Amino acid sequence: MTLYYQVLALFLLVNLGAGLWRVLRGPTAADRMLAAQLFGTTAVAILVLLAQAERLAALRDIALVFALLAAVTAVSFVRRTWSEVKPDAD
Amino acid sequence: MLTDVLTVVLSLAGCAFFLAGTLGLLRFPDVFTRLHALTKADNLGLGLVVAGLALQADSWAIVGKLLLIWLLVMLAGASVANLVSRRALDKGLPVWKR
Amino acid sequence: METMTGLTGLFDVFLSAGLLWLAWQALASTDLFRAIVLFISFGLLMALAWARLGAPDIALAEAAIGAGLTGALLLSALARLPRDVPAGDAGCRTAFVVRVLAWLATMGLASTLAWVVFHLQPVAPGPGNAVIEQLEASGVGNPVTAVLLNFRGYDTLLEMAVLLLALLGVWSLGVEAEQQVTGADPVLDGLARLLLPLLILVAAYLLWVGAHAPGGAFQAGSVLGAAGVLLLLAGWRLRAAMSSAWMRAVLVAGPAAFVAMAVTTLLIEGRLLEFPQAQAGMLIFVLEACATLSIGATLAALYLGGIPQAEDDA
Repeated sequence: MTLYYQVLALFLLVNLGAGLWRVLRGPTAADRMLAAQLFGTTAVAILVLLAQAERLAALRDIALVFALLAAVTAVSFVRRTWSEVKPDAD
Repeated sequence: MLTDVLTVVLSLAGCAFFLAGTLGLLRFPDVFTRLHALTKADNLGLGLVVAGLALQADSWAIVGKLLLIWLLVMLAGASVANLVSRRALDKGLPVWKR
Repeated sequence: METMTGLTGLFDVFLSAGLLWLAWQALASTDLFRAIVLFISFGLLMALAWARLGAPDIALAEAAIGAGLTGALLLSALARLPRDVPAGDAGCRTAFVVRVLAWLATMGLASTLAWVVFHLQPVAPGPGNAVIEQLEASGVGNPVTAVLLNFRGYDTLLEMAVLLLALLGVWSLGVEAEQQVTGADPVLDGLARLLLPLLILVAAYLLWVGAHAPGGAFQAGSVLGAAGVLLLLAGWRLRAAMSSAWMRAVLVAGPAAFVAMAVTTLLIEGRLLEFPQAQAGMLIFVLEACATLSIGATLAALYLGGIPQAEDDA
């Protein structure tokens, strides 16, 4: 089972890497921010899987903190940056 | 044994949804559709993974923590999706029409 | 067993490659916003790296600070930059010689580091064993907390002072910039109301669990700081409270508690910050609680970027 979790964690990490392309491409600022949200959710999944694979309960706490604070960066983007800067062309 | 099989099936399905979400993020034509793919597919994927892992948990406390994580990610995802899309509409970002 | 180490190795390789690539892209990006998003993603992957390295305490702090505070700080700073800042000059004015010298210096440093790393002993004799031996005497079950709050409590005292100094440095820049008023948002308001009690609960949990598992004052304080940032973003009128005397008391509580403890132990035991073994656990918890409140308040105040100014009652 541990092997299985690690395979899944690796798959999700590659998934995360694929999302990096969207950060680079844009075209709008929102697209880049969305990709960062993807990273957050994927990181939560990876941590939860690794917590089971390595029997480290602390990783679930890290996932909990990630889940709680995932919104803060995006909220900051919407309320501050996006109210000022016009959507940038690439 | 049955729990192991269920865990494998559920987490595999969850990862499939994650893949779908990433594909949507990369391939969909505009911000709104990408947001849609991200919020729905990824959160469902996480839910399935959490369900699979909850079957393996040692205690109810761990199940509770896993569920809390999933609920929080859904809450954050839904709220952020709403905020970003409304702001995008206000800014007049182009909406893709077929 | 071979496949398992192979897989974890593959995971680590991907993670490291991702980290390096993100760092390069963040530095090389001409668009500031893209650079910031890449840096935030870098922080996320860094938390994963710490988790893989077997350092969950640092991973917790990195998650709280990287996911919550750094992004908000950088984006807020970006919003305050004048709009016609050039996207990033290509640096073509830098002389070729200077660039070659910089390259040589960097490569020299990197090669020296690589040589040193390869010549390190595989199992370095460090204080780790001593910490494990004395763990029971320290009053807590988590070796990291024991080191931070008991064995090296003096360093933590200085860290608290450094945080306070950082805030004073920011405050010395003057009153915070004009706040642009964005409209009320029911979704954001609802989110803030739902998240706030959870954030406080998780902070308290991290503080409590730090005694016997990864967690502790810094992690809990970072979560509280992120809660403050969320409230400020949601438009809560906190600035009147933040410029009050209560706030200053909370800001100082952490360092003051440490200093008080240091003076007390010096007077009673004759040694700086040496806790009596019977009360060590309780004393550590008190110190951590004060530190949590201070760190949370300091981080939230840092986000403002200046002395808080009470909003008009318009």
